[in-house]
Amino acid sequence: MTAKKLLLGDEAVALGALHAGLSGVYAYPGTPSTEITEFIQNDLLARERGVRSRWCTNEKTAMEAALGMSYAGKRALVCMKHVGMNVCADAFVNAGVTGVKGGLVVVAADDPSMHSSQNEQDSRFYGKFALVPILEPSDQQECYDMMADAFRLSEEVRLPVLVRLVTRLSHSRAAVEIGEPLPQNALDPDGERTRWVLLPGNAKRQYASLVAKQPDLLARSEASPRNRLTLSGKGLGVIACGIAYNYVRESLPEGVSLLKVSQYPLPEQLVRELAEASGELLVVEDGQPFVEEQVKALLGAGYPVTGRLTGRLPRTGELNPDNVAAAFGLPEGAVHAPAHNLAPRPPQLCQGCGHRDVYAALNQVLADYPTARVFGDIGCYTLGALPPFRAIDTCVDMGASITMAKGAADAGVHPAVAVIGDSTFTHSGMTSLLDAVNDGAAITVILSDNLTTAMTGGQDSAGTHKYEAICLALGVEREHLHVVVPLPKNMAEITRIIREELDYKGVSVIIPQRECMQTLARRQRQKRAAAEGDFSTGSK
Amino acid sequence: MTKTMKTDIKLAGVGGQGILSIATVIGEAATKAGLHLKQAEVHGMSQRGGDVQSDLRLSTDPIFSDQIPLGGADLILSMEPMEALRYLPYLGPEGAVVTSSKPFVNIPNYPDEAALLQELGALPKVTQMDIDAVAKELLAPRSANMVLLGMAARHLSILSADDLRTAIRTIFGRKGEKVVEDNLKAFDAGYEGIQ
Repeated sequence: MTAKKLLLGDEAVALGALHAGLSGVYAYPGTPSTEITEFIQNDLLARERGVRSRWCTNEKTAMEAALGMSYAGKRALVCMKHVGMNVCADAFVNAGVTGVKGGLVVVAADDPSMHSSQNEQDSRFYGKFALVPILEPSDQQECYDMMADAFRLSEEVRLPVLVRLVTRLSHSRAAVEIGEPLPQNALDPDGERTRWVLLPGNAKRQYASLVAKQPDLLARSEASPRNRLTLSGKGLGVIACGIAYNYVRESLPEGVSLLKVSQYPLPEQLVRELAEASGELLVVEDGQPFVEEQVKALLGAGYPVTGRLTGRLPRTGELNPDNVAAAFGLPEGAVHAPAHNLAPRPPQLCQGCGHRDVYAALNQVLADYPTARVFGDIGCYTLGALPPFRAIDTCVDMGASITMAKGAADAGVHPAVAVIGDSTFTHSGMTSLLDAVNDGAAITVILSDNLTTAMTGGQDSAGTHKYEAICLALGVEREHLHVVVPLPKNMAEITRIIREELDYKGVSVIIPQRECMQTLARRQRQKRAAAEGDFSTGSK
Repeated sequence: MTKTMKTDIKLAGVGGQGILSIATVIGEAATKAGLHLKQAEVHGMSQRGGDVQSDLRLSTDPIFSDQIPLGGADLILSMEPMEALRYLPYLGPEGAVVTSSKPFVNIPNYPDEAALLQELGALPKVTQMDIDAVAKELLAPRSANMVLLGMAARHLSILSADDLRTAIRTIFGRKGEKVVEDNLKAFDAGYEGIQ
């Protein structure tokens, strides 16, 4: 008998991986992927089996460690948000060249519409770039089922397999039928050094072998039950990729042929069959026009292909049942006009948050330095860009605050201030700080330490209690390294230190250190619950 | 075969008000009743005091889209009156709005409250209650969301009030009998309060 469980897409991926005999998950938190790793961290079977699941410092260390576990013959999972693919791309692309031993599955959760991101890049391009298979589930059941597929496929073709999710699947719940867990792989390290030592001679051979695998990968896509062609009618044919299949099914008119795509490389023969049976094609895919471009190239300029590139679907933003219905020419569904008495309610820093005190102090000092620029970074403290603080001038990518401040200082900007969080600093800021120290750059770094990775929900931060030691080891001078407690009562001390360090023509680091309000509240709740639990047990 | 029954609910509120607990209770009840369900949640940055919403779809038949289409919601269920208005274009022709009447003001440009409540009151099917006051009166101030769920139960033909009461017992059972009783009391106050 199969059990049914109500699971988020992320949780279904996690459970699917565990039931596929996973030995380790490697990840850095990032919305919308975080819940995959959290599920494994809290799962009983994972604990019984000793599945490795602590947070990693960044996506690159995660990818490399997972490749090492695969090298040792075991099944490993790497999870990240889409921009994490940029961070681990070096390891990911070369893992295609070495190939794998134990199954290696990489889950990238894309964020079309940028609900919590800086761009809407489509991870499927990375899969194609690295010449590895891609799976794209359409619903929570496929999230679960396709993890076993992915690990099996990875071991059969000896390549990493990329699984692509989108926010609406990662963070949507539905009932999932659960199967029986498979056993884990035994330890069996690879002995083929010519595969793994990518000296040019070996790398050339490995790369040629990767290219030679492509016809097999294509044949597997053509035959995959995940790619389904349903012919009906001779007019419009629709290609629906991943979650787009649901929006299409929500409003699919009668007599339209449909190709559901959930495994890549793109099944070219199925696309041709659909095109031959239809008069025109509409490509519906969330993210960027990855399939649409390939279909256009495949069918030639004479065959009408529409989608995001032609404006039949919006070029940016996520798909939804409304823009897909509009692509089918259906009338708009709204019956009520938008309300009049409305105001936007953007997210904001929590009341009592230490970042608030940091920005209050910084703004107070910088009022006297009209030429100052503040280079921000990625985390809750990015909200310092919004009113009432309006305190940062840039926010680009993980770690960019320090290095951009340094470059701007090199160009003559003064004062140049970087604001970076603790977890972002260990993720990608330490190398930036080393560059700044080596160049003697005139920058002031504010390393705002709330002892957690707050924005994604309070996961452990890799460097907690080590920041002073790290900064000193990277060469920051003791007299220009300060730890302060960001509270209103300490405002005079903090503003004095900031002022002194702005005037110093070298690298200084100020570490405002106070626990995140959310993790503090959670710890207190847990403590209270534990105390009440003891009480109720005692009174029985 | 019975004919298809479906209910699409747009849940709305401000981060931290507990809309996901409402979704969890309805989800538990729906699963027990053998219904199909999809529930799209909001995680991440949007929870920091910003507007939050969740799409909850229940049906006797399989459900495709995780998101409710415009004009498709049978119910807007909101912990805050302005947040109820935010999703008006999603409300269906026969749809109802069930909301807290008490504004949660954490932005400087919150609209004029009288005008807002008037616009809300002018909708064809709307039920409002000061759920925070009701919960406080019951000495269960953290159960305002269950008062709202009780109000909503009057509009949920796909699930009975008893289905929801059972789900409250299951979901809050781990937190002890006092929490269960508080939430049931709050639910009943909402359910009876709009008779």
